[in-house]
Amino acid sequence: MFISDLIMPIAFVGIILYGYSKNIDIYETFIEGAKDGIMTVFQIFPTLVGLMVAVGILRESGALDFFCKYIGPFSEKVGFPKDAIPLTFMRLISSSASTGLLLDIFKKYGPDSFIGRLVSVMMSCTETVFYTISIYFMSIKIKKIRYTLKGALIANLFGIIASLYITKIFFG
Amino acid sequence: MLNYLWGSMILIGIIFSVFSGNLSCITNAAINSSKEAVTICLTMLGVLTMWTGLMKIAEKSGLIDALSEKMMPLLKFLFPHLPKQSKAMQYISTNIIANMLGLSWAATPAGLKAMDELQKINPDKETASREMCMFMIINMSSLQIVSVNIIAYRSQYNSQNPSEIIGPGLLATLVSTIVAIVITKILERYDK
Repeated sequence: MFISDLIMPIAFVGIILYGYSKNIDIYETFIEGAKDGIMTVFQIFPTLVGLMVAVGILRESGALDFFCKYIGPFSEKVGFPKDAIPLTFMRLISSSASTGLLLDIFKKYGPDSFIGRLVSVMMSCTETVFYTISIYFMSIKIKKIRYTLKGALIANLFGIIASLYITKIFFG
Repeated sequence: MLNYLWGSMILIGIIFSVFSGNLSCITNAAINSSKEAVTICLTMLGVLTMWTGLMKIAEKSGLIDALSEKMMPLLKFLFPHLPKQSKAMQYISTNIIANMLGLSWAATPAGLKAMDELQKINPDKETASREMCMFMIINMSSLQIVSVNIIAYRSQYNSQNPSEIIGPGLLATLVSTIVAIVITKILERYDK
């Protein structure tokens, strides 16, 4: 909990002092960068509408519950909530689609529930493996990616396991 | 990929609801979800704008470049066959720093340029080089120190302490990145 409260203040103090030491107009620069932030949100907005609608339909139809019911018993043996499973798979494929599922879990259980915290931690330590591999390797026309997929999947699997245990330790 | 993913999520949902007799929920689900996307973006607008503003100061003051320079010893360990002054090395360190700070719009262009430079010195243009594999696996092990988006989403759904996940998230990220480095060092030894 301690690191969580420290990182933001450290970022502010460090960046502001460094800015002063280099003699740049920190306030104007802040405003300039803030404009980029607005653009980023505008760019996310259409994706978010599209994906949240798709996830909303999928959930209301009961299809997600149906899927969870069959895999659930296996995952709950190790204490992994079954409702986090669709998110776990989707996370490897698409960042925006998994965000839709994340928000769905927040809505259903609240962000401060065990599953809410677990998925928050899991989203921060995993990456969209399949998407990233295709973008990067396609851009330079590589056909044989050797052990890249294997390595990335193992790293992400450990990230998922770590999330589960770290969430348990931090939040009981 | 999203073409199929997005379409099939909706189609599966609707087909499933026909069989389970839930068809009446679909309209509400579609309308409510789209409304919700708007409120989420409003929260994001505040948090993300604050963060990108702060990061612009870091970028302009040269803090990001200074941090990249500090990364060099680690990069030498990860990419022992890559010359220190090479452009690829510079792009890789920019990509890693930008990823750590959650600046994905800065990370992706630098990452693509790094791959481009690595391809120039790659003897076999169709097969990934050792450096490419290492770079990609580290990149996909997630490096982000603060997940600003997640914090924004959490506060939108009334979390008592939206930023409480920074510490645990950082630890988990550390685990996945260390595993990525170790596993890649092992895999590259057994792959000719």
